[in-house]
Amino acid sequence: MTPPSASAAPAPPAATAPADPAAAPPPPDPGPEPQSVIDREIAALHSAAADARAAGGPVPAHPGRDFAPYRSTRLRHPRQPLAAIDALRDPEAVELTGPAFGVTDITALDADLTRQHAGEPLGERITVAGRVRDRAGRPVRGQLVEIWQANAAGRYAHQRDQHPAPLDPHFTGVGRCLTDDEGRYAFTTVRPGAYPWRNHHNAWRPAHIHFSLFGTAFTQRLVTQMYFPGDPLFPYDPILASCTDPQARARLVCAYDPDLARAEWSLGYRWDIVLDGPSATWTEEER
Amino acid sequence: MSAPSAPHGHQGVPHQPAPAAQTPGALAPTPSQTIGPFYGYALPFPGGGEMAPAGHPGTITLHGRVLDGAGEPVPDALLEFWQAGPDGSLRGAPGSLRRDPATGAVVGRDGVEFTGFGRVPTDADGRYALRTLPATAPASRPAAAPYIAVCVFARGLLHHLFTRVYFPEDTAAHAADPLLSGLPAQRASTLVARTDGERRYRFDIRLQAPDAGGGEAGEETVFLEFR
Ligand SMILES: [Fe+2]
Repeated sequence: MTPPSASAAPAPPAATAPADPAAAPPPPDPGPEPQSVIDREIAALHSAAADARAAGGPVPAHPGRDFAPYRSTRLRHPRQPLAAIDALRDPEAVELTGPAFGVTDITALDADLTRQHAGEPLGERITVAGRVRDRAGRPVRGQLVEIWQANAAGRYAHQRDQHPAPLDPHFTGVGRCLTDDEGRYAFTTVRPGAYPWRNHHNAWRPAHIHFSLFGTAFTQRLVTQMYFPGDPLFPYDPILASCTDPQARARLVCAYDPDLARAEWSLGYRWDIVLDGPSATWTEEER
Repeated sequence: MSAPSAPHGHQGVPHQPAPAAQTPGALAPTPSQTIGPFYGYALPFPGGGEMAPAGHPGTITLHGRVLDGAGEPVPDALLEFWQAGPDGSLRGAPGSLRRDPATGAVVGRDGVEFTGFGRVPTDADGRYALRTLPATAPASRPAAAPYIAVCVFARGLLHHLFTRVYFPEDTAAHAADPLLSGLPAQRASTLVARTDGERRYRFDIRLQAPDAGGGEAGEETVFLEFR
């Protein structure tokens, strides 16, 4: 849309330095950068965030979109500030409501990722369950929860995943369910494996399950990842580290819950989810 | 949360604590994380971009590209759309990803109900296309400028981005729109689709303004934050 100037004349030679030093991009990706480079960048960003918290600044609940240690953020984060929409001043904004899902959109087997094929997948069978609430603590009822994950060997059933770990013919790694009247969800699956990626040399993602959630409003939409307690890869992972507040990182890690384990069948993990964002339906609807 | 004697996790990342109140009475939200590169076999569904009822004569096509800060296409973005129903209802309807109860396969929308929800991944060239009904204003505010709400996810995007598609026919209403009227004209223009044929609209999403405004530089799309 509307280029800043006509382009009849040949473009002048590229400037030798970016106009804004603060916006100077980090080293190009992909590179053979060692973990130590990433570690130093993460440490500096975490330390700056800790200083800001100590100074009484707001504690960001979400990752900043410009988090250089995760190299793919470089060209994919907006530079302009977001335009604020105040739900109280614009209570009819379309985003304060959201899509509806129902019994037609899922089947009973969707929540059990170990029963979607003729045979049983390999791996450690687990139950992952929890509650979805909004920030006021109200349960998010009847809404769609979707998950996807690598198999026990750390391989996605995705054509572009070229990690030379075995595919499991009995595991796709996709699940869906609707939350119940208490906002509860539950999945049976296998524990995913860690897998390598190309952010930097010898980079490995900690084991995780991808989650997608809808709230009562489009503003509450959430796509995130759930991690497992005690993973030794946590300190090295720039995606988890993008949450600069340690408490925010902790909220992405599930807890082992013996009450969710089923004797001689599966281990259990609890992960409760709180959706951010305003909603128009708090007082009038019970959807 | 009951994890009585379980030791805390490794290196400063304990497992999930009881949700801590950041401001009085408010639970701390679960942070966002990137959708990553491998959602493609999980989230898109057949007919995700076919929001309009089958054969509806009012169907419009909304299409465009998602571009990064180098002006390159983003081939692994996922776009979601949410809009009011033709009657201005904001309740939506289930059935976007209807399933066959016998086989579990996605059979798609029933071609009758307008669910208000669409989901489209970009292709290898960063393009998307949506066939839907024209945007309508909410029934409670019929004179408002109609728009389609958009949520953008992508690998490399740690937290989704919201934007809106307004339509060029509604210029008069745009002047009274609380969002558009508060933006400089060049910024506001990124939110208005341009006519691109009969019942066809083009809407590109630029995640980042190019560095020094070289070449076919475009204005960064306006993204939204809801409070
Ligand atoms: Fe992943």
